[in-house]
Amino acid sequence: MKSLKASQSVLSRADYQLEVLNNQSLAKKMFPDFAAKLTQAGLFPLKPTGIEIFQVNVGKMCNQTCKHCHVDAGPDRKEIMTRETMQQCLDVLSTHDIPIVDITGGAPEMNPNFRWFVEECNKLGKKIIVRCNLTIIVANPKYHDLPEFYRQHQVEVVSSLPFYNADRTDRQRGKGVFESSVQALKMLNQVGYGQEGSGLILNLVYNPAGAFLPATQASLEKQFKKALLDEFGIRFNQLYAITNMPVSRFLDFLLQSGNYEGYMEKLVNSFNPQAAAGVMCRNTLSVGWDGSLYDCDFNQMLELQVSAPTSTHIRQFNLNELNNRDIVLNQHCYGCTAGAGSSCGGNTA
Amino acid sequence: MQPTYYNPEDLKKFGSIGEFQKKLADKFFTYYGEVFAEGELSAREKSLIALAVSHAVQCPYCIDAYSVDAMEKGYTEAQMMEAVHVAAAIRGGATLVHGVQMMNKVKELSM
Repeated sequence: MKSLKASQSVLSRADYQLEVLNNQSLAKKMFPDFAAKLTQAGLFPLKPTGIEIFQVNVGKMCNQTCKHCHVDAGPDRKEIMTRETMQQCLDVLSTHDIPIVDITGGAPEMNPNFRWFVEECNKLGKKIIVRCNLTIIVANPKYHDLPEFYRQHQVEVVSSLPFYNADRTDRQRGKGVFESSVQALKMLNQVGYGQEGSGLILNLVYNPAGAFLPATQASLEKQFKKALLDEFGIRFNQLYAITNMPVSRFLDFLLQSGNYEGYMEKLVNSFNPQAAAGVMCRNTLSVGWDGSLYDCDFNQMLELQVSAPTSTHIRQFNLNELNNRDIVLNQHCYGCTAGAGSSCGGNTA
Repeated sequence: MQPTYYNPEDLKKFGSIGEFQKKLADKFFTYYGEVFAEGELSAREKSLIALAVSHAVQCPYCIDAYSVDAMEKGYTEAQMMEAVHVAAAIRGGATLVHGVQMMNKVKELSM
């Protein structure tokens, strides 16, 4: 499967996605304005609570082409963060009290400077999270030692696994992904990840394989733990339940399958003010592959830069200005505020 | 009157049945909410029972609602279909077991 960009789909354009989301001409139904909904909840303008998580998207290159990917990542994407931009990130991290670095992609491990970046973040004493798609570990012998590398640097591994069986996982992420993911999870378990008392954290991410919302995180975690342990002997720490955002490839799926209106309606009807109060953009800053700054990875993909006029690139990082910015909102934000809420760390309410 | 008896959009209007009889509708929805809350059975188990019953009573609205609910609650397609087979087995068995009454009657009448 090609990325939307490689297949020259109009949906690879951020402006077109925003036009769909805002119902200017393309969708059949108007949905209430997200900002107005936040105003009713007493949360507008949405302000940061500080920067605790420094999320770095080191590139769109990936060995997988998942059907729901909001990054439109894939083997055909060449956008990758340079070492120079990574150094600019490290300069900010070394001079500011930001405790967590969350590294994502694409498959972040495919960035040639990935390991160096992790080592440097480790030297700075930061807690490091890597969003590993699992299959990269077994995709090529040069990645087989990743579990050991992660162990050495005390990296918290967060991995997507949409379901505990092959059928639903492979439909979303590609044929054979479940089998490779199981193999990679066993390799992570072998070096101590997910094992009690090891201190090595392995968290899994569930997101629905279709146009429906996730059930409660606790209930899904119980099912995943039982199924993965009973069938494969796999252990992990926590399951994060994440809602699919109507962005990029999932938006494409919604439109192609005729589910767009129904899904948006569901998100809007499930708006939860408590979940909205805990959204991740309030304590996260997202750095794009080219060093541009965003409120979250979704805004990054929609090219909605932070509303901080003199601090839109990592080289201009100004903590005071960023802490006082208004978070940029749009209709996709309903995805983070539906039901129990959704963030890179799971439920927010 | 709409040209078909079932319209998917009507499912969303279920809550409005109180428009014609609020008191009884309120009682029903309170009861309904309590039935599906966590109890001696989990909300997840109840979802699968509801899916099976939806098929037994052949309610398209309920099948729509509880197919989504069962997916959301993490059931596999195979588990959902097995639940439908349970409903089918009970329906089939219920028809067949009445055959005993028929046999009783036939034997009573026969020489």
